Amino acid sequence: MTFKKPSVLPGFNLSLGYTLFYLGLIVLLPLSALVYKTAGLEWADFWSTVSDPRVVASYRLTFGASFIAALLNLVFGLLVAWVLVRYSFPGKRLIDAMVDLPFALPTAVAGIALATLYAPNGWIGKHFAEDGLIGELLGKEIKLAFTPLGIVIALIFISLPFVVRTVQPVLEDLEIELEEAASSLGASRWQIFSRVILPTIWPALLTGFALAFARAIGEYGSVVFIAGNMPMESEITPLLIISKLEQFDYLGATAIAVVMLAASFAMLLVINLLQWWTAKRLGRRT
Amino acid sequence: MRFNKIIATLALAAIGSTAWAARVNLLNVSYDPTRELYQDYNKAFAAHWKQQTGDDVTIRQSHGGSGKQARSVIDGVDASVVTLALAYDIDAIAEKGKKLNSNWQKQFAHNSSPYTSTIVFLVRKGNPKKIKDWNDLVRPDVKVITPNPKTSGGARWNYLAAWGYALKQPGGNEQKAAEFVGKILKNVPVLDSGARGATVTFAERGLGDVLLAWENEAQLAGKEWGPDKFDTVYPSISILAEPPVAVVDKNVDKKGTRKVAEAYLQYLYSKEGQEIAAKHYYRPTDKEIAAKYARQFPKLRLLTIDKDFGGWTKAQKTHFADGGTFDRIYKPGK
Repeated sequence: MTFKKPSVLPGFNLSLGYTLFYLGLIVLLPLSALVYKTAGLEWADFWSTVSDPRVVASYRLTFGASFIAALLNLVFGLLVAWVLVRYSFPGKRLIDAMVDLPFALPTAVAGIALATLYAPNGWIGKHFAEDGLIGELLGKEIKLAFTPLGIVIALIFISLPFVVRTVQPVLEDLEIELEEAASSLGASRWQIFSRVILPTIWPALLTGFALAFARAIGEYGSVVFIAGNMPMESEITPLLIISKLEQFDYLGATAIAVVMLAASFAMLLVINLLQWWTAKRLGRRT
Repeated sequence: MRFNKIIATLALAAIGSTAWAARVNLLNVSYDPTRELYQDYNKAFAAHWKQQTGDDVTIRQSHGGSGKQARSVIDGVDASVVTLALAYDIDAIAEKGKKLNSNWQKQFAHNSSPYTSTIVFLVRKGNPKKIKDWNDLVRPDVKVITPNPKTSGGARWNYLAAWGYALKQPGGNEQKAAEFVGKILKNVPVLDSGARGATVTFAERGLGDVLLAWENEAQLAGKEWGPDKFDTVYPSISILAEPPVAVVDKNVDKKGTRKVAEAYLQYLYSKEGQEIAAKHYYRPTDKEIAAKYARQFPKLRLLTIDKDFGGWTKAQKTHFADGGTFDRIYKPGK
């Protein structure tokens, strides 16, 4: 196999070899162990494990809630990044640092804190109770914690930094002259945003979305505390994997894990392709 | 583990190689609510062992959901003894981990359960929903907090206690019991994965009207959150929960700590051990100590896992294994 354009940089063989070895050791080896272990399962057993209605309901919840959370972060994360790049105000550095907190905080801590806040007797949750401010306004109780809504809240929390941190540098590099040129040619503010800025940051936004989505799918620690964990209703897939393990059902746990792995990989691949395609369409080198 | 040994050896070498007391390390892998019990007991046993043999013994404890703890022993945690919530979990260590004999439960008296417990109701102070017995739990206005029986040992006892109550009612049969337990589970708003988690949900988050809890957890909640917050309600029927103990043969033989490990568990049956258990609201098996603390432990009709449910292996298979009664209750469309 020959490469189209041999790089002028030396050390290609060495660095590629190292990259493959490293990826193999850190990523591929544990994952193939997972697949290998599942291979000990008969196909019929595998299928009945991964297509159990309870498990299917958990896929729907996990992927659905992750998608919603990533989508919301796509919008609001962009907003945060925009504010951090385009405006200067006192305490900006502090807010900038705060964005990274969900990265650093142990997820269980986040989960417990969120559950405490959003529980029906918590600071935020109580306003949504029947006799709370918002609850009375709407005439009914809105349960936040211990419902799928609680899961989405937790996932928004943990995946926020991904969108902000991928979009921020691209926004920073955006040449102000482009916008000035557009403006002098008579473009409105909305046109500048939608025709000049958005296409430039779109690949970064997609990457941020993909990262946030992937992170949310795998999240366990923060979600279990706020989810309620009711079968068919608020059980996420990672919880089912853990509960299978707790019943000493190692094969069942790996079977579900393999399905999740395959689904996540497929989705990330699609998003990567989409990103590659949009970048190409916009005539940028990837 | 090994690091500790090195430190201990170095420390001893530093003291000098004249006669010294042997130093032994034990690891007790236990379940969630025994934390305080074993803190006290370990001190008592260390003093006892020192007096008997002149040796120092250091006991470390590890706590968590019973099933999770069993799994960590199977996966290789160096436990000298296990003190778990139910026999099934120790059976799993024997079966899947091959770390101890399958007849481990014969080694110590009373099915290797030095203390017993039962399942009671913890309700809000003054019992505003007037919850007296299991049949109040199926009322549509009552919210019940119990952990997930798939992951929590305590929750399995809860489930079986409810099941047993329904069976013992006039005209009770398996199908009616399944319906009854299903109705209770419909009233459960949150399924935590462990007993402590459920206690926190009930006490701290203020969810639910009644918590199905270990007797000692219920008593402890009174201590932890104040006696003016909750009342304990004893139902007419409950289950005799026997949290068993066992020496992990493979691990103690490897390290030569069998003698002290066996003595450690045996001492639980002594007057002093029984007294400590009673102080932590575990029901003592020793008649004399039980009589002394009788006021603390109201009498109620207790079903047993062996007589009423055919032993743990059978109960596990019927109720909690995949496709068991618990799964069927949660099947969609029901």
